[in-house]
Amino acid sequence: MDNVIRRRTLGARAARVTLYAALLLAALFYLLPLAVMLITSVKPLAEITPGTLLALPQEPTLAPWTKAWGEACTGMRCEGVGVYFFNSIAIVVPAVLISTLIGALNGYALTKWRFKGSELLFALMLFGCFIPFQVVLLPMAQTLGWLGLSSSRAGLILVHVIFGVAFTTLFFRNFYVAVPTELVSAAKLDGAGFFRIFWRILLPVSAPIIVVSVIWQFTQIWNDFLFGVAFSGHDTQPVTVALNNLVNTSTGAKEYNVDMAAAMIAALPTLVVYVLAGKYFVRGLTAGSVKG
Amino acid sequence: MSPSPSMARPADGPGARRSRAGTLHAWLPKLVLAPSVAISLFFVYGFMLWTFILSLTNSRMLPSYEFVGFAQYARLMTNDRWWVASSNLVVFGGLFVAICLVLGLLLAILLDQRIRQEGALRTVYLYPMALSFIVTGVVWKWLLNPGLGIQAMVRGWGFEEFRFDWLVDPDMAVYTLVIAAVWQASGFVMALFLAGLRGIDDSILKAAQLDGASLPRVYWRVVIPCLRPVVFSAVMILSHIAIKSFDLVVALTGGGPGYATDLPATFMYTHAFTRAQVGLGSASAMLMLGGVLAILIPYLYSELRSRRHG
Repeated sequence: MDNVIRRRTLGARAARVTLYAALLLAALFYLLPLAVMLITSVKPLAEITPGTLLALPQEPTLAPWTKAWGEACTGMRCEGVGVYFFNSIAIVVPAVLISTLIGALNGYALTKWRFKGSELLFALMLFGCFIPFQVVLLPMAQTLGWLGLSSSRAGLILVHVIFGVAFTTLFFRNFYVAVPTELVSAAKLDGAGFFRIFWRILLPVSAPIIVVSVIWQFTQIWNDFLFGVAFSGHDTQPVTVALNNLVNTSTGAKEYNVDMAAAMIAALPTLVVYVLAGKYFVRGLTAGSVKG
Repeated sequence: MSPSPSMARPADGPGARRSRAGTLHAWLPKLVLAPSVAISLFFVYGFMLWTFILSLTNSRMLPSYEFVGFAQYARLMTNDRWWVASSNLVVFGGLFVAICLVLGLLLAILLDQRIRQEGALRTVYLYPMALSFIVTGVVWKWLLNPGLGIQAMVRGWGFEEFRFDWLVDPDMAVYTLVIAAVWQASGFVMALFLAGLRGIDDSILKAAQLDGASLPRVYWRVVIPCLRPVVFSAVMILSHIAIKSFDLVVALTGGGPGYATDLPATFMYTHAFTRAQVGLGSASAMLMLGGVLAILIPYLYSELRSRRHG
């Protein structure tokens, strides 16, 4: 469009300035909460007074962070969010790996070994992406009880795998549909089996979709609150539940700096993943939600 | 797992061997899929049915199977708190979807003007989507806290009369949910629209401009109509997020003041898990499912239709 719009005229220049101003203003709107969270988390409590929301700390301190990590009260206990951070890791890592592996095998079977009714099965599984989870909470609570997994990390892993597989299957299925079938057919003629073809032909080209699936599942499960609050016990809470308890615990003076430090701690893992692998994050978002 | 090498007894001809290996080949993919399908049948469809059955019983603290027909639904219909929750969902969902669409489209169009540092800006607009709604709620609760947040800051600048205390105002608190949710999700809508804009053939734009159409006119008459499918998907995703919104309410307002900011998702959780009203909670969960289906079915229908037609 450059040859149509003459950039050098005064009007066009003014338009350009306005454009950048609007974009920067929007950037400020998105950045402000993060900035305030960060600033507040390194302020001593004495500096948190009305009207100092944006003021930089006079005497920056990491004390709120250490307190949020190891001492702050979350409900009845006062051992910080650190232990719950590790709970989240212990839940997220196995759940992500298992659901990604199952999704990959499902996607492979659904695209390269089609059979009568396989599309119907896919549609059947896909529906799991869309249900509001409130509709499974009560039966799930009872089933976890029967399995002896109430309030356990294993129970939460199971729940996340069950409801994550619909998404991972969708990712891998849509990715493998685009992988040429000729190679697979040739390998079949040569007598290569199901797993051998997966291992030698599909897996080597799957790196991008594995990254998308891992990031999507990691973000979803790390940020989960509903399953965490419904199915975890005192010792097995994920960090999001602990953060909410910490913020809502009212003993003594409200320590906003500690609240903000705890929120930063809960937010950092997914933020880091986003900054490092933003491209794949966006791809997962669009693939996970647009392609129905 | 390669097929068994030729160890077959002479009696088995090559044809028999192939058919045995063929049977395995035919069954293995189904065996691999079977656990997921079984899980889906039990944990998704079975549980939906189970919740529906619970909603027909008078279960309170624990599930009981004494059937009372649709009495729980009737109770729900006369429950003031349920009506507050449902009308909140209409207000919250409507505003959330509308503002996200407008803001997302606007940002995408602005970003599509050959902007320097486009990548950096995009990253900034989108990062809230990586956060948990709990973190979002905690941060906005702090910003909207009248005593120490934005209100106090603006008053500190000399505007003593400035009021922004929606968080503690029962009539306005639901709008704080809109603010926080828009902050979190609008960047994502921007990304969807930007991808849509990049998919539009440049020559259409050039032709329209050569015809003398002004830039806003080109966007309004040519570009935005091209984005209709994106709008459609975005509306579906956003309304889905709105119906499921639970964590944001818990962290930002706790459903309060009173129950002024309850949504169906928090209503269901409160009644089923803390107020010992399992039957009523199940009925509300079924109505939520109905809401999702009401959005989903037209969407899937049109998707399938458009796929079949081209």
